[in-house]
Amino acid sequence: MLSKKEKKLIREIWERLSPVAEDIGADALLRMFASFPGTKTYFSHLDISRGSAHLSSHGKKIVLAIAEGAKDISQLTVTLAPLQTLHAYQLRIDPTNFKLLSHCMLVTLACYLGEGFTPEAHAAMDKFLSAFAAVLAEKYR
Amino acid sequence: MVTWTDFERATIQDIFSKIDYDVVGSAALSRCLIVYPWTQRYFGSFGNLYNAAAISSNPRVAAHGRVVLGGLEKALQNMDDIKQAFADLSVLHSEKLQVDPDNFKLLADCLTIVVASQLGKSFTPEVHAAFAKFLAVVVAALRKQYH
Repeated sequence: MLSKKEKKLIREIWERLSPVAEDIGADALLRMFASFPGTKTYFSHLDISRGSAHLSSHGKKIVLAIAEGAKDISQLTVTLAPLQTLHAYQLRIDPTNFKLLSHCMLVTLACYLGEGFTPEAHAAMDKFLSAFAAVLAEKYR
Repeated sequence: MVTWTDFERATIQDIFSKIDYDVVGSAALSRCLIVYPWTQRYFGSFGNLYNAAAISSNPRVAAHGRVVLGGLEKALQNMDDIKQAFADLSVLHSEKLQVDPDNFKLLADCLTIVVASQLGKSFTPEVHAAFAKFLAVVVAALRKQYH
C-alpha cells in the first residue's frame, strides 16, 4: 500500500533521474550481472560489458518504463499492458529476477542519492518496485 | 568451502575500515524495521517503534545495530571459516531467538543500501558484488544450525 506522500516521493525521484536514465539503468544492470551472474543468461544476444551501447540503451529503456509507471501508480496495469505481454510471451524472464534487479536498482539509487535516499524513500521505492514487478508478471499464467 | 579472491578480501577489509560501525549498524537495523515492518516482531521490548522517526532515534535500535556490526566484524576476522565462527550464533538465532532466517537477507539488503549511500560512487558494481558475497556467506552461516 502506497500513501499519497509516498507516491509523490516516488514520482519526484524518477522525474529527477529520467534525464540520466542511461546511467542509472546501466549501473543497476551492471550490479545485477556482477552480484547475480545467472541473470546474464538472458542477455547472450547483447554486449553487456561496461560502457557498451547495448547496456546504456537497455538500461535507459528499463528506467524510462519505471519512470512512466511512477507518473500514475494507480494505472500501472494499464501503463504496463504492452510490457506485460512482452515479458510473458516473448522474454519469459523468470520473475524471481525482477526482485534481483529491483534490489540492484535500490543500491544504484542509494549510490546516486546518498543521504537523500532516506529510509522513507527506500521503503516507498521498494514497495513501488515490488508492485511494478508483480504487475509485469501478471500475464505469465 | 568459500574461496575469496585477493580483490574480494581487500575490498571487504577496505569497506569495514571506511564505515562507522555505530552509524552503519544503527542505520541498517532502523531501515530494516522501517522498510520491512514485520521484522519489528522480534523487537517487542524495544519501546517506541511507531514510525520511522521513532525507530531512527530509538537508542535500543542503535545499540542493537552496533551488536550486529560486531557480529559482522567477527565474520571479517574469520573469513576463511565463517560457518564455524558463527555456529553458536546460528544456534542462538534458531533456538533461543527463533528468528525466521529469511529475515537475515532483509537485514543484509538494508546494510548493503546503507553502505552504498555512505560510499557513493566508490561502491562500484564490483565492490558491491564482493560485499554481497560476504553477506551471503554470513547469512548462510547463520542459517546453518536451523533444523
